[in-house]
Amino acid sequence: MANHDIRLTVRKGTVHALVGENGAGKSTLMKILYGMQKPDEGTIKVDGEQVSFSSPADAIARGIGMVHQHFMLADNLTVLENVALGSEKLYGIGGRARRRIAEISDRYGLGVRPDVLVEDLGVADRQRVEILKVLYRGARTLILDEPTAVLVPQEVDALFENLRELKSEGLSVIFISHKLGEVLSVADDITVVRRGTTVGTAVPSETTPRQLAELMVGSELPTPETSESTVTDRPVLTVKDLRLEAAGGKALLDDITFTIHAGEVLGLAGVEGNGQTELIDALIGLKHADSGTIALEAEEITAWPTRKRREEGVGYIPEDRHRHGLLLEAPLWENRILGHVTEKPNAKGFWLDPKAAQEDTRRIVEEYDVRTPGIDVTAASLSGGNQQKLIVGREMSHKPRFLIAAHPTRGVDVGAQAQIWDQIREARREGLAVLLISADLDELIGLSDTLRVIYNGRLVADADPATITPEELGSAMTGAATGHLEHEETPESPAKGAKTTPAEAAPQADADAPEDEAR
Amino acid sequence: MKKFDKERVLLAVAGPVIALAVAFALTSIVLIASGKNPVEPYTLMFQQATYSDIQVLIINQASMYYIAALAVAIGFRMNLFNIGVDGQYQLAAMVAAVVGAHVALPAALQLPLLILTALLTGAFWSGIAGVLKVTRGVSEVVATIMLNSIATAVIGYLWLPTVFGVKVGNNNTTGEMHESGWLPGIDMGAAGEVYGFVIIAVLLGIGYWVVLNRTRFGFDLRASGASESAAAASGVNPKRMVLTAMLLSGAISGLAGLPILLGDTHTYSLNFPTGIGFLGIGIALLGRNSPTGIAFAALLWAWLDKASPELDFHGYDKEIAVIMQGLIVLAVVVSYEAVREWGLRRQQRRVGAELAAGHVLGASASPSANKTEKQEVAGR
Repeated sequence: MANHDIRLTVRKGTVHALVGENGAGKSTLMKILYGMQKPDEGTIKVDGEQVSFSSPADAIARGIGMVHQHFMLADNLTVLENVALGSEKLYGIGGRARRRIAEISDRYGLGVRPDVLVEDLGVADRQRVEILKVLYRGARTLILDEPTAVLVPQEVDALFENLRELKSEGLSVIFISHKLGEVLSVADDITVVRRGTTVGTAVPSETTPRQLAELMVGSELPTPETSESTVTDRPVLTVKDLRLEAAGGKALLDDITFTIHAGEVLGLAGVEGNGQTELIDALIGLKHADSGTIALEAEEITAWPTRKRREEGVGYIPEDRHRHGLLLEAPLWENRILGHVTEKPNAKGFWLDPKAAQEDTRRIVEEYDVRTPGIDVTAASLSGGNQQKLIVGREMSHKPRFLIAAHPTRGVDVGAQAQIWDQIREARREGLAVLLISADLDELIGLSDTLRVIYNGRLVADADPATITPEELGSAMTGAATGHLEHEETPESPAKGAKTTPAEAAPQADADAPEDEAR
Repeated sequence: MKKFDKERVLLAVAGPVIALAVAFALTSIVLIASGKNPVEPYTLMFQQATYSDIQVLIINQASMYYIAALAVAIGFRMNLFNIGVDGQYQLAAMVAAVVGAHVALPAALQLPLLILTALLTGAFWSGIAGVLKVTRGVSEVVATIMLNSIATAVIGYLWLPTVFGVKVGNNNTTGEMHESGWLPGIDMGAAGEVYGFVIIAVLLGIGYWVVLNRTRFGFDLRASGASESAAAASGVNPKRMVLTAMLLSGAISGLAGLPILLGDTHTYSLNFPTGIGFLGIGIALLGRNSPTGIAFAALLWAWLDKASPELDFHGYDKEIAVIMQGLIVLAVVVSYEAVREWGLRRQQRRVGAELAAGHVLGASASPSANKTEKQEVAGR
């Protein structure tokens, strides 16, 4: 049973936020509202009239449209073509459609140009095209599934501006998000979902993120801050002049140089697609550097294959756990073996040791609080957060020296997030070197000892996590600022700065600074 | 945990049972459409299976199907489609027959030599496709189909009297093998003889299971099949794995013709069975790539083959069996995918339900651990 006793009332002309942990049942609810899934019982009313949807087409006919988390646009078609595709009957595919698009775009301030190829658009523009697509089909109620997950702070502000426009024109928006701060800033009403049912509503003006989180998980909101510095001067990972080329000789990564010391978390900020994936691949050995060197402590590992790197203590929390971290249809204990098949307790020499692996899987499940009825269920049947906890447990169990943590808490609920942060902190205290890549800037700033910004395959800026704000980091991520980012004092900054503990973190940042400049 | 085990058995059995039921039903429709009795052919064929001489024939035939299907299954386990089993086993049987006719060692050496020859020939032939895929990115499907055709041409060439061929009447043969290379059968009295190679086929099945499920290599192979990207990230070298799997699959294919070659014909002639490699694909599919499943599937196929000639004597066409084989393969593909998806969804729901009911592994330990952790977070 995914959902039961759900009560949700969305008023006309408002933004209604739906928050809840992963696996709480938000997606199922949205699928029901959008006609992708049929409810077993209960009713849906639109404008007071009871309706029943058997497909998204029915939902659209009733004025309900959905903007998915993953965009559904054809790259090699223009915006006009993408919008008209599938709804050619509405306004044709020529001038009438173009005029309609311009009209909608102007009315809601979307700024969409109909004749641009979608592949030339950035993420934020694509999202606006998706919104326009839904409006074009006559939607009066929009469902946005985690719309801010792919945006930098400036883009989020622009999106919220758009949402306010929509609202003022009498449209309703259902806004699904993990990020409680955003929810509070944009929503008029909030409904909290937990364990498949609605557990409460909140009025944004009278609620703090902490209270909202308590409603979500029944516990305090975790914060990613690291308390004390554990950075040592012993380099664990040293990357020098790394360059990686695409097939045509175009540089995907160029001039990448950095050092991560034992006990240090180096945070890498950047808009997705700026070389993070390639850097991870180069570090784990899936792609081999065209020039430059990678060294693990004293050994050069540039030419090592993936397996050797993993055996020698490179842990890997992949950015896409379904593609790179799990065998979805295999039982949990086989997933525990994945990536460490040559190591104890999984193998004795040439032979697998299923008993020991199963035993150890039980340990991981308990220690890392993976919520599962057993270790023989498939990985696919766990929620995203629990899958991630299993991966973190697996990687930590082999005592890595260097950990690649790519979006370690993406799609993970608040409770699991706190645990994963704790485990990274714990290991860092014991001397682990971590490369943290994340789209969640609060996480990056809170967990990292050093921050770098990657843009277009190059490290273009560095910053001190103790003083930098997400907005300042965001401008470097779009390529607008380079070099050492200095925090500029603005009246609002004390509130933001208070999140970290500048007094403790500052000396360590100073100690790191010459290293960074030497690049 | 027992519940999930039972679940898995149910899922494993549901697919083939549904497929077989559908195939039987559709075949009956074909029979009705052609104005025949839709039930009698089955009773006739079931009756055949009770005769001991037919049973021996079925087992002998099944041993070849079994080996060929294992070869296909190794490829399937890592998403490689070796359609070339047919060419590989024929070429391997021919080379083994030639070696058997020209080398005369004591049986203790001769038999291993012949088996090794077949293994290597099969591996060599599939290895060509493997190397092409790894170095040039040629699809193994295309390469192995082409190699089948080339194998036929090579066999025709080797049959030339000026090469290794010996003409016996109108028949091309490779000459009779030396007797030290004949593998004695298991005497079943009047029913005939079960090929000695049946035992090796069983051992192969066991070996297949052990290698896949109990060795590091097997895990890597299965991981590659389940998710190429995850396997690469786990440290599997994808190219080496493709080549190894291709070689292994070819080596096993090489053995598929040996039961009859070493146990009965002792020469590679025009009468040598063909098409076993293609049948092996359907059998591996039906057997879900599991050694036991394949054994049942191979026996089923052999039964359809060996029991169907009887139909001709009762006014039915024996091709009914071929129609059935085809329908089974079709039904299998559809029903397995349906059952797989249904199973995954069902398990997801059940895991959700179990968790909601509080059946969490180690539930007694974790809440308290959780609490201290939370306090720690708050304390900071």
